[in-house]
Amino acid sequence: MTALAAALPRPRATGYWTAFAIVVAVLVLAPTLLPPFWQRFVTEILIWGLLAMSSDILIGYTGMVSFGHSAFFGLGMYGAAAALLTVKPPSLPLALLYGLIGAGVVAVFVAFFATRLRDIYFGISTLVFSQIFYVIIFTWTEVTGGENGLTFRQPQLSILGLWSTSFTPTTFHWFVLAVVVGSYLVVRRITQSPFGMVLQSIRENEPRTRAIGYHVERYKIVAVMLSGLFAGLAGVLYAIQNKFAAPDFVFFVVSGEVVIFNVMGGMGTLVGPFAGAAFFLLLREGLSRYMPEYYLIPVGIIFIIMIIFLPQGLLGFLRRRLNS
Amino acid sequence: MLILENVDAHYGKSHVLHGVSIEVRAGEVVGLLGRNGVGKTTTLKAIMGMARRTGGRITFEGRDLEGVPPHGLAGLGIAWVPEERRIFRLLTVLENLRTGLDRPGMTPARRDGLLDKVYAYFPILKERRHQAGGTLSGGEQQMLAIARAMVLEPKIILLDEPTEGLMPRMVAQIQEIVHALHRDGVAILLVEQNVPLTLDAAGRVYIMEKGTVRHHAAAAELRADQRVIHEYLGV
Amino acid sequence: MDQIIIQTLHGLVNGMVLAMVASGLTLIFGIMDIVNFAHGDLLMLGAFVGATVLGMTGSYWLALVAAAIVIAILGALLQVTTLRPLIGRDPLTTILATFGVSLVIQKYALWQWGPSVRNISEPVRGDFNLFHLQYPWYRIVTAVVAGLILTGLWLFLKYGKYGIWIRATTQDRVMAQAMGIPVPLVYTAVFAIGSAMAAASGVLFGPFAGVTQTMGFDFTVRAFVVVVVGGLGNLGGSILASIFISLLESYAAILVSPAQAVIVSFVVLVLTMLFRPTGLFVPTPR
Repeated sequence: MTALAAALPRPRATGYWTAFAIVVAVLVLAPTLLPPFWQRFVTEILIWGLLAMSSDILIGYTGMVSFGHSAFFGLGMYGAAAALLTVKPPSLPLALLYGLIGAGVVAVFVAFFATRLRDIYFGISTLVFSQIFYVIIFTWTEVTGGENGLTFRQPQLSILGLWSTSFTPTTFHWFVLAVVVGSYLVVRRITQSPFGMVLQSIRENEPRTRAIGYHVERYKIVAVMLSGLFAGLAGVLYAIQNKFAAPDFVFFVVSGEVVIFNVMGGMGTLVGPFAGAAFFLLLREGLSRYMPEYYLIPVGIIFIIMIIFLPQGLLGFLRRRLNS
Repeated sequence: MLILENVDAHYGKSHVLHGVSIEVRAGEVVGLLGRNGVGKTTTLKAIMGMARRTGGRITFEGRDLEGVPPHGLAGLGIAWVPEERRIFRLLTVLENLRTGLDRPGMTPARRDGLLDKVYAYFPILKERRHQAGGTLSGGEQQMLAIARAMVLEPKIILLDEPTEGLMPRMVAQIQEIVHALHRDGVAILLVEQNVPLTLDAAGRVYIMEKGTVRHHAAAAELRADQRVIHEYLGV
Repeated sequence: MDQIIIQTLHGLVNGMVLAMVASGLTLIFGIMDIVNFAHGDLLMLGAFVGATVLGMTGSYWLALVAAAIVIAILGALLQVTTLRPLIGRDPLTTILATFGVSLVIQKYALWQWGPSVRNISEPVRGDFNLFHLQYPWYRIVTAVVAGLILTGLWLFLKYGKYGIWIRATTQDRVMAQAMGIPVPLVYTAVFAIGSAMAAASGVLFGPFAGVTQTMGFDFTVRAFVVVVVGGLGNLGGSILASIFISLLESYAAILVSPAQAVIVSFVVLVLTMLFRPTGLFVPTPR
């Protein structure tokens, strides 16, 4: 009996990968099936989902709320802008590099405070930092373009400098999909590793984790760095898709929306944030046909109702299964 | 008047009370003895709605306490003097008393009357009435905690280890107070580690062990034959 | 030198308004552990209601009172419907819930009053002469009114029967309940009081810069800073901290632009959180 059970693949894992394959296949086909507006929409969902997923590392796995993810996102954007404006011809790898460095610097900064401040103080400080960055970017007009931001040209997709081609919305979508899927797999691997287990242990009971002997500070620092880097990556992708960088994206509203995606989609699931982003953006899209300025009123109310009655979010019920 | 029937209670996941049955009739002083950690305080907390009751019933004057919100108990006539006293440290002595004095239906005359009565029992409180609760000594805080319960004009007081950590002189004073309250017709459920005091003050005594009631007898009986006490409390 | 005097006055006046906002926030936090993200938006809503009532009646003072009452009722309703169900849950949920409320209120204000800036005209005209400088009277009046309201609040908390209930509940909720204090009602009342103070601040601040949907956010952020620097739940501390922070910002505005001056507050906040987390003006914890 046991030999037979051992010979069969674990049903949970097979189910998961099947579902995963289906979703990815749908996303690959999406640009060919959808009209241009929706094509772009799906690409944006992927980018925002990536940003929300990066936040899930902190909120869902380590138990640290960040209200300042817009800072990482924004610096990823501006970093990419810097690369694309200062180095000719505009280079994709360089944009990625500069963006990640930009986000990384902020992450180091935030990580420092993560280790000194608990819970709500940490949350407030992330908000405060992102506002500081907002003010600096908004007012340092010579460097950042101030209120108007920066515009630039889209770089080409090139493989080792041998062959390059311009992005079409479809190929760009596949590029984003590849980056997002790759990021998801990496983060998933990390959260399911012993390191990830420690993070979750910190979320459940920090004093006990410390008492067992883990250097909670070091784990938190790594978690913040990871979160910041993937958020910055999302910023780079967004900058390249839209060919601009603007201070609006460093403003608190973006951080707030990230938290909404996490809560609506389900914290601690990694896929939940994507669902949350899709849900929110679709709601917004749908409602803005009827009430362009005020769609946030029903969306906000739905959000509040979800917190009270569905706190685990849309995909929260999957949390245990996804985190074996 | 106060009846616990087969009460089970949980703190989180641990099952702390098993089928506890206790009765306190009007005007009675009932003792609850037992070693540390057997569930005496938890029993009081179950009555106050602070521990999760998972089985059995608690009724007061025939009324099931199940649906009563925590802030409704004082109105029914149940007062609580917790083990840690829980004085409002940043409020003055008078303000502490006012939390109980300012009930609906209280007239200034009744209030003053109650205050006078309480000050008569505890002159030191009158002296310190404008001092912050946190600056009082342990014994004074205990008196304030009892006074605070008294101004609720309760039918029953749940007294949790009133003599803990007090000097002998204070212990004697507490004993006096318990007698005086009894003379006033107030019922008392007295949780204590101090056996002689309990046997002196109470009419009946329950003895608990490991979350359940093991023995129940008249105090006189237990005074005469101390073997049961030795068995359960090792005193 | 003139600049410094003017900025000092600005700092003091702004500090008093901020103190009103922050005291509501710190009361709410002190008693129910709720970080009210929507506090600034309640201020904003109060300002709009005030502007409307002013338009209808022409009386500034009536507008002030009406705004406070309306928003107090709204605050009570909000607490009962949105926050009471969340008692006992992870504090994160209340932050998120109030964040959601903040969004809804902002967009509601946009819907109800439109995007243009509303005006609240000053209650008192004319300038006050200090040496050779001139400073608008209404700002001084605003500071005095704020001071009076705060004094009233302090007296209420110290001597009133309900003030004692509030203080007892803040210190020990369980024991307060055991004494028969209806804690759920006290929570609602405190939230209503905090909301009313925010709304009144909105009307007081109205003549300074006009009324817009986004004016709330800045106040919320600054109020957070003040509440932390003054010590969470510490009323006196948040009043002192409000004045301190406002003065710092006003002086900083001499050197940099007002938008950038806010960074000064943030720096103070971060330093406080790192080195004196119980509050700048609070003696080191025992």
